[in-house]
Amino acid sequence: MLDQKQHIKLPEGSIEKDTTTLNLGPTHPATHGVFQNILEIDGERIVSAVPTVGYIHRAFEKIAERRPYYQITPLTDRLNYCSAPINNMGWLLTVEKLLGIEVPKRVDYLRVIIMELARIADHLICSSVMGVDTGALTGFVYVMTYRELIYEIYEEICGSRLTTNIGRIGGFERNFTPTAFAKIERFLAEYPAVLKEFETLLTRNRIFMERTQGVGAISAERALSYGFTGPNLRAAGVDYDVRVANPYSSYQDFDFTVPVGTTGDSYDRFLVRNAEMWESISIIRQAMEKLKSLPADVYHADVPAYYLPDKKDVYTKMEALIYHFKIVMGETDILPGEVYNAVEGANGELGFYLISDGGRSPYRLHFRRPCFIYYQAYPELIKGSMLSDAIVCMSSLNLIAGELDA
Amino acid sequence: MSLTNERIQQRLTEKFGDVLSGFEEPFGLLTLTAQKDYNLKVMQFLFDDEELRFRFLTDITAVHYPEKKNEELAVVYHLHNLQDNIRLRLKVFTPVTKPDVFTATSLYESANWMERETYDFFGINFVGHPNLIRVLNVDEMTYFPMRKEYPLEDAMRIDKDDEMFGRGGNI
Repeated sequence: MLDQKQHIKLPEGSIEKDTTTLNLGPTHPATHGVFQNILEIDGERIVSAVPTVGYIHRAFEKIAERRPYYQITPLTDRLNYCSAPINNMGWLLTVEKLLGIEVPKRVDYLRVIIMELARIADHLICSSVMGVDTGALTGFVYVMTYRELIYEIYEEICGSRLTTNIGRIGGFERNFTPTAFAKIERFLAEYPAVLKEFETLLTRNRIFMERTQGVGAISAERALSYGFTGPNLRAAGVDYDVRVANPYSSYQDFDFTVPVGTTGDSYDRFLVRNAEMWESISIIRQAMEKLKSLPADVYHADVPAYYLPDKKDVYTKMEALIYHFKIVMGETDILPGEVYNAVEGANGELGFYLISDGGRSPYRLHFRRPCFIYYQAYPELIKGSMLSDAIVCMSSLNLIAGELDA
Repeated sequence: MSLTNERIQQRLTEKFGDVLSGFEEPFGLLTLTAQKDYNLKVMQFLFDDEELRFRFLTDITAVHYPEKKNEELAVVYHLHNLQDNIRLRLKVFTPVTKPDVFTATSLYESANWMERETYDFFGINFVGHPNLIRVLNVDEMTYFPMRKEYPLEDAMRIDKDDEMFGRGGNI
């Protein structure tokens, strides 16, 4: 007979409870990022989920209040790091809108090329990781070769691969090299066959369909109420795309369709992303065609007060030296104003709400981060489903921890 | 596509009159300020009205203006009418001593975390919010870090002399 005192004291109600509490994350290998979910599970069915976020919160909005404008571009890299160029462009377009800078058509088209490449790289990760989570590693390893090629193109243009800091206020820091164009041409020539093969691997694969169809489904009405944007909203059947609704960077010059799904489940999200990759390829082709008729030496707007001059001009010309000094020391004042600008990020409407009081850095900068907004629907999406479906649902939402936590 | 900023302003002024003020259009985006207690009523009208149909909440955030007495904190809503593709910015000013603003969670599910984030960084107390706790910062935090009284870098730092950089010690 054991003495009563030797028993472990369990919290009130913990034995009578029918469900199990399971901590999914924050460092679970299947969540692909720092996400914690406290799940209540009954057998393998999820009864409820409480997401905890903020593990990699870096206070970018606060840091931005002390930085000159051109130093905020690297902060935006670290939001959605799978498609950093789109964030960079979104930020630069916001500043250009505030300053009223008109960039030349060629810059617009170069930006479109780089944004669409970034969109492909982002969708590629999301779609292939869905394959990994359902047990098909082959597709993931296969398409990585082409993400690598996209990163090489970034490297050729700006010198870095993941956190790109690509572009400057008014254009690009340097012109695209012939090697960059050659690599884009190579990508356009080789990638369609690869994407087609990747699709044959998964799209009509019985196992993949069983694992994704009906998983994490959301109706169009609920998706809108939850503030879904991007592929996740379009999978539910709403054709809202910022590139069409409020064209920026001359997207109105391009001919493309906005793919939509019907059921809003993980399978439709996968299909929408794949269809968008085909559209992106077509947009890049059109942009490459349009570039041929434009002067090849234009890569920035003529805004000397905001755009860093050429190094050789700095050494030989007085004005260039003054502008260089003022920009580098962050002494260039920006016009006061209040602007909201949105771009179609790889996972939704990426918005920048900027208030300038005329100083060297923003008075307030707020990022509208699509991930943060739609992640709150996650408990509703996985309620009543199996634990393994929750993993598939999470990867199909394309959650990026850096963007979620800012 | 017939809905214009003028039409929205006209409809809102007919309905609310003096409650709304500060109509402007910076970069074509209709911006207006509502009296503090009317934010939810205005949003409810914008949501329900068959002509206005602002049924998509793009963003909620706040701005701190320490020099504006009794209106230190501004809560900023960005609303979107997806059918007519028109946006609207609604602002509500509230004193920092009593930052109570009605919640929009009854209209938009997405308002839940956006308001939690705004509470987390600015301490706006959204009255009626189902679960108003911190979302990105640690729960133990006792202050609201995005307010302007918390400078990013310790201004009393002595290891870095800004006079050497021609800025007279304070940026």
